[in-house]
Amino acid sequence: MKRSITRLLMAPSVILLLVWMIIPLSMTIYFSTIRFNLLYPGENNFVGLMNFEFFITDPGFIPAVSNTLILLLSVLIITVVLGVMLSALIDKPFFGQGIVRVLLISPFFIMPTVNALIWKNMMMNPVYGIFAWISQSLGLEPIDWLSSYPLMSVIIMVSWQWLPFAILVFVTALQSQDTEQKEAAQMDGATGWHIFRYLTIPHLARPIAVVVMIETIFLLAVFAEIFVSTGGGPGYDSTNLAYLIYNQALLQYDVGVASAGGLFAVLLANIVAFFLIRAVGKNLTV
Amino acid sequence: MTYLAITDLQKHYDSYHALRGINLSITEGEFVVFVGPSGCGKSTLLRTIAGLESSTGGSIQLDGRDITEVASSKRDLAMVFQSYALYPHMTVADNLSFALRLAKVSDAEIKEKVRSVSASLQLDALLERKPKELSGGQRQRVAIGRAIVRQPKVFLFDEPLSNLDAALRVQMRLELARLHKKLGTTMIYVTHDQVEAMTLADRVVILNAGQIEQVGTPLELYRQPNSRFVAEFIGTPKMNLIAANKIVRHEDNLAIELLGQQILFPAKRLKGPLPDSVVVGIRPEHMTLVEDGGDLSGRIELVEHLGSEAYAHLQLSSDQTIIIKAPARTELKDGQEVSLKIDISEIILFNENDRVISVIPEEA
Repeated sequence: MKRSITRLLMAPSVILLLVWMIIPLSMTIYFSTIRFNLLYPGENNFVGLMNFEFFITDPGFIPAVSNTLILLLSVLIITVVLGVMLSALIDKPFFGQGIVRVLLISPFFIMPTVNALIWKNMMMNPVYGIFAWISQSLGLEPIDWLSSYPLMSVIIMVSWQWLPFAILVFVTALQSQDTEQKEAAQMDGATGWHIFRYLTIPHLARPIAVVVMIETIFLLAVFAEIFVSTGGGPGYDSTNLAYLIYNQALLQYDVGVASAGGLFAVLLANIVAFFLIRAVGKNLTV
Repeated sequence: MTYLAITDLQKHYDSYHALRGINLSITEGEFVVFVGPSGCGKSTLLRTIAGLESSTGGSIQLDGRDITEVASSKRDLAMVFQSYALYPHMTVADNLSFALRLAKVSDAEIKEKVRSVSASLQLDALLERKPKELSGGQRQRVAIGRAIVRQPKVFLFDEPLSNLDAALRVQMRLELARLHKKLGTTMIYVTHDQVEAMTLADRVVILNAGQIEQVGTPLELYRQPNSRFVAEFIGTPKMNLIAANKIVRHEDNLAIELLGQQILFPAKRLKGPLPDSVVVGIRPEHMTLVEDGGDLSGRIELVEHLGSEAYAHLQLSSDQTIIIKAPARTELKDGQEVSLKIDISEIILFNENDRVISVIPEEA
C-alpha cells in the first residue's frame, strides 16, 4: 500500500523524464532512416542506412572525428595538469589569495560565445590582438592564429574556459588534505616535491577522475567557440562532430544525414566514456 | 649527561605568547611526559622540538648539535601524531618503509627492517592492507612502527592514545612502556591525561600558560608539588583546598583554624617564618572518616561508588565541599553527619600567591 503510493507520487516526474529523453531520441532515429532534406519537402521515403553511409563517407567525417578527439584530449590534459599545478600553488596562504582565487575561477562564468569573441578579437586578431602586439614588439611577424592554427586556437579558448572548473574542484579537494599527514611526511624526510608526488597527487586522484568525466561530457559537444571564431575552417581544420552535424542540418539542409551524425556522436561519446571511466575509474576505489 | 637541551625557548604567534621561556634538559633514554591543561603550550613545545613550528627565541640542542633552525626532516626525530597521520593510499608496508625509501636505503635492508618492526608490533598479517582497513589500535601500532623503523634519536608522541577507547588505551599504554624498556630510546610524550603521565613517565613536565610549572618524577609531583596548580592537577579526585581563617603559634604547634575547627601542625617542620594566611591542601586519600572527635565534621552530600572504592562529597560549610576516598563497601548515606580525621603529615600548605610553603619532610 505504502509502496504503491510512493510509486504513484513519483510517477509524474519519472514519466516526464522518460518522455523528455525518449521522444527526441526516437525522432532522431526515425529521421536518420528517412530521406529528409529541407530543400525537397514531402519526399520523406524510407532509405535504410543510407544516411549513415553519407555521413561516414562525407569528406568532413574523418577530420571531424579526429578533431573531436584531439580537442577533447588536449583540453583534458591542459586543464588537469595546469589545474593541479595552479591549485597546489595557491593552496598555501599568501597576500591577495582571495582575489587571485576569484580571478582564476571567473572565466568559468563567461559564456562560451563571449569567450570566443574575446579571444578572436582581442587576443588572436593579427592586426590589433594582444598576441600580435607582443609579436610585433619583439620584432616578429604577427601570427594569424585563427587561420594558421585553427584547432589550436579553439583548444586554447576551450581550455581557458574549463581550467577554472578544474581549479575550483582541485582547490576544494586540497583543502580537505590532512595537514598532519604532510607533517608526518616532513618528519619522514620528505621534500615539498615528495609530498606533492606521494601525498597530494594520490589525494587528488578522485577529484581528477571527476573533472575528467564531467569535462568529457561537455567537451565532446563544443560548438559555440567554433561557430563564433573559426566557423569550422579553414576547410575542415577545426570542424568537430557537433559542428559537422550543424553543418549538415542547417547549412546543407539535410536533416536525415544530420540525425545519423547525431546518433554516431552518441555512439562515440559512449565509446570514449567507456574507456575513460575504465582508465580513471580505478582511481575511484582509492 | 644532557641529551636534549632546551634553552629559553620562546614562541610568539601574532598576538599570543605561546611559550614563555622554556628551559629543560633531558638525558638519553629518558621518558619525559609533557602534561598540562588545554592551551598550556605542551603541543606547541613538542611541535617546536619537532621543527613543525619555528621558535621565536631560544635554542634547542640535540646530542651536542644545535637544531633550532634545522629542518624537521634533518633533525633525526620521529613523531607519532594524534590522528596517526598514516598515508591513506599506501599499504601498511609502504607506510612503514616510506622514510627509508626517501632516504634511498637498499631494498634488502628496507625489507629486513620492515619485517623486524612488523614482527615486534604484530603487524605481519596486515602488511598488505590499507590504513582504512585497520582498526584504531592497529593504526596506532602502524604509526608507532613508522616511527621505530627509522631508529631516530628521540621519539615524539602527540597525544597518541586519545583517539582510542578506554580499554585499548590501557593496553597501548602498557605496550608503550614495554617498547620504551626494550628500545631504550629517549621519548617525549604529550598528554592531557595525568594517568598516562604518572604511569609512563620517568619525569613529568607540568606546563601552565606557556611556562614550566614543575619538573619531577611522578611521585615527587604527587608528594611535593611546588604550587597549588600542580597540586590540583596531579591526583584524582583533585586535592581539597581549604582556606585557613587564622593561624596562631601554640607552643610547638601551629594551630590552623579551618572552618571554626583547629588542626595542629608541628611548627618545627616549617622552614620559613610564620605565614599570615595559608591554604591547606589535603588529598582525598589522606583523610579518614571516624565515628566522632575528628578534625573536621560535615554532612554527606553525595556518595559515588566506583566499585573498588567510593568518593564521598562532604559539605563542610555553606560554601566549602571536599571529597574523601572511602572504602568500597561503605555504609555512608546521603545527608549523614560525619566526622573526619586528617593525616597531618600529608597536608600541604600554600601561601597567598599559591606557592607551596616549604616544610621539612617528616622523618619516616
